Amino acid sequence: MAVKILKRRPLSLLEKTYLPQILIGLKITLRNLFRPSVTLQYPEERPDIPEGYRGVPTLVKDANGREKCVACQLCEFVCPPRAIRITSRELETGGEDAHIEKAPDEFEIDMLRCIYCGYCQEVCPEEAIWLQDVFSISGYSREAMVFDKEKLYQLGGTLPDNHFKWDRKKAEEEAAKRH
Amino acid sequence: MSAGKVTDGRIDVFIDGEKVRCPPGTNLIDLVEGMGKEIPHYCYHPKLSVSGNCRMCLVELGTPAMDRETGKPVLDEDGAPKIMYFPNPVIACATRLTSGMRVRTQSAKVRECREAVLEFLLINHPLDCPICDQAGECLLQEFATDYGRGYSRFIEKKVVKPKRTVLGPRVMLDDERCILCSRCVRFCQEVVEDDVLGFVDRGTYTTLTCYPGKQLENNYSLNTVDICPVGALTSRDFRFRMRVWFLKETPSICTESSVGVNTLVGSREGKVYRITPRRNDGVNDTWMSDSGRALYKRIEDENRLIDFRVNRLPVRPEDALSEALRRLQGDKVAFVGSGQSSVEEHFLFNCLSRAAGSVLNCLVSRTREGDGFLISNDANPNVRGALCLGFIDTLPEANLTGLAEKINRGEVDAVVVHNEDLTTAGIGRSLLEKVEVIYLGSHGNGASETASVVIPGLTVFEKSGTFINQQFRLQKFLQAVPGPPGVLDDLVTISRLLNLLGKDEGRLATPAAVWAVLSRRLKCFEGISFDTLPETGALLDGSAFRSLPFCEGPSLHFEPETGTVEARA
Repeated sequence: MAVKILKRRPLSLLEKTYLPQILIGLKITLRNLFRPSVTLQYPEERPDIPEGYRGVPTLVKDANGREKCVACQLCEFVCPPRAIRITSRELETGGEDAHIEKAPDEFEIDMLRCIYCGYCQEVCPEEAIWLQDVFSISGYSREAMVFDKEKLYQLGGTLPDNHFKWDRKKAEEEAAKRH
Repeated sequence: MSAGKVTDGRIDVFIDGEKVRCPPGTNLIDLVEGMGKEIPHYCYHPKLSVSGNCRMCLVELGTPAMDRETGKPVLDEDGAPKIMYFPNPVIACATRLTSGMRVRTQSAKVRECREAVLEFLLINHPLDCPICDQAGECLLQEFATDYGRGYSRFIEKKVVKPKRTVLGPRVMLDDERCILCSRCVRFCQEVVEDDVLGFVDRGTYTTLTCYPGKQLENNYSLNTVDICPVGALTSRDFRFRMRVWFLKETPSICTESSVGVNTLVGSREGKVYRITPRRNDGVNDTWMSDSGRALYKRIEDENRLIDFRVNRLPVRPEDALSEALRRLQGDKVAFVGSGQSSVEEHFLFNCLSRAAGSVLNCLVSRTREGDGFLISNDANPNVRGALCLGFIDTLPEANLTGLAEKINRGEVDAVVVHNEDLTTAGIGRSLLEKVEVIYLGSHGNGASETASVVIPGLTVFEKSGTFINQQFRLQKFLQAVPGPPGVLDDLVTISRLLNLLGKDEGRLATPAAVWAVLSRRLKCFEGISFDTLPETGALLDGSAFRSLPFCEGPSLHFEPETGTVEARA
């Protein structure tokens, strides 16, 4: 293979002084000195989170404060890094919520594994898991970064929904009983 | 064209233009399934009577036209028989094929029928697939995606029916999900003859229910859950515990009795969640008992052995093996095998007993009254394996009187026990304390408590191997879940002991390696290899043992040999 040796062009006198470059740099600095600042004093100042932002996956409750998740485990199935672990249970047959059959017993998301892809939210048939605006989480141990059901509901809170699935189901059941 | 011409008793029929030869009277659904195609159906089940109520299997059917005067087939201009199609589609499940029949399973009319049937079925069916346990193996889900319209035109309120009805100790019913196919009703009537299920009320309010004052509590009730095409009947044991798409299904054999029911073990991440029957038309059809399904609970039994122990103290595996070896090297060793061991274990155990110069080989029997269907009188799944391998030449006994006598007379000072409890087999603790017991087994019992060397073993779900059932059918089971950490496969343990004794068989630590030797060494196993053994098993020649009075009575697909009865008399 032929080797071609390139000769480096020698610097001119002006270039050897570095003065033009320093002046150009100072000009940029000076211009930014009078522009409005874009730096946020994090964590005191927080950025605006746009709509549809994919933060930490959280569990949400419905307007009646019931858990929406029915432990169908589709999110566990679809999760690419396998961060989700669910064990389910059958709810008691009596009481106010007798028409709800199934709920998660434990619901764990390993936040160290989660890649914030949002597949879980997309696949959820009950709209129970949402990637909301929480983007910064930390912990002192690996175990602390596995969020359990309680923590996930605490982060998720209540989201408005227009389905009222269980309310409708209850109303239908009661209407049928009257016949 | 040879259409309609009878050759070797078989007839030609045409499925979507494809010529197929079959015996006359073959069921159309079964034939098409055998071709690798599908006619969707709900109510039809190959092992139950035809009820024809779901209407999902509608196809277009045509027969060759016959001239009424001459009785000969009418030919068209080309000389081919003229085919007359029925004006309306017919149900495939009730169609017995006759010569020259033409079937269209994919025509526009058939597709339209399926769409319409599915639309009717889905009118009142709740859309709670996320909660429903059947999701993932639900025929309604599958056919709705394959043949359905894709959207619903029904805007009215769905009929509300009882949910969470307890039908029996093991079965739960959700009436809203029921599509009234009546498979469960027919199963109870025809197969177990425990006629407790039926439909009440009319129209959309029809519900499945139990006869008043009765329960679905026979020992085969969970088969109704298996054959339910939707999530109406669910197992109370498996309900809501795991979604089926996570389950890895491993072919296995039920160890409940010598029937050797073919099963599928559903496991996820090393934990077994359920056992379902696997179809084998020569053994269990598509059924299995409820008691056999519960056997997986023994894996996590509290008396499961996990430690290697010498004189009740935990030791390293190699120390336990060398201690066992030291006791084997005496000349007064007896061997007690197990009717629950696999063929491979019997083989190596037998090699070990020969290498140690065993003074007595015996097996403990487990007889009880079977049900004449899928539970035989013998609770040992593999007595015939021990016989074929020559470990024993008489049938097992409930009381090991021979061994007890020998211990009393001081002719035995060490006993190698595989999985058996000697204290319930006629050898009391006081007698056991006179000898050194080497116990190899998965669960602790009276024998392991007094044993000087305890080597833990695996359950049938944690190892691979073969059993020989009451028909002398060699059947294979595969490992579904890993064993407890550190516990060796029984085959590995025995082969290591053989190795320490300097025997060639010491290198045979897997079923495949054992079979490579077995097929050459024993005539009845000629030509068999572990990897190529069919899923439905292989029938062996058991005529050499015809004179033995086996305890099994007649059961499904099994009649005891007449010689057995004579030998008993």
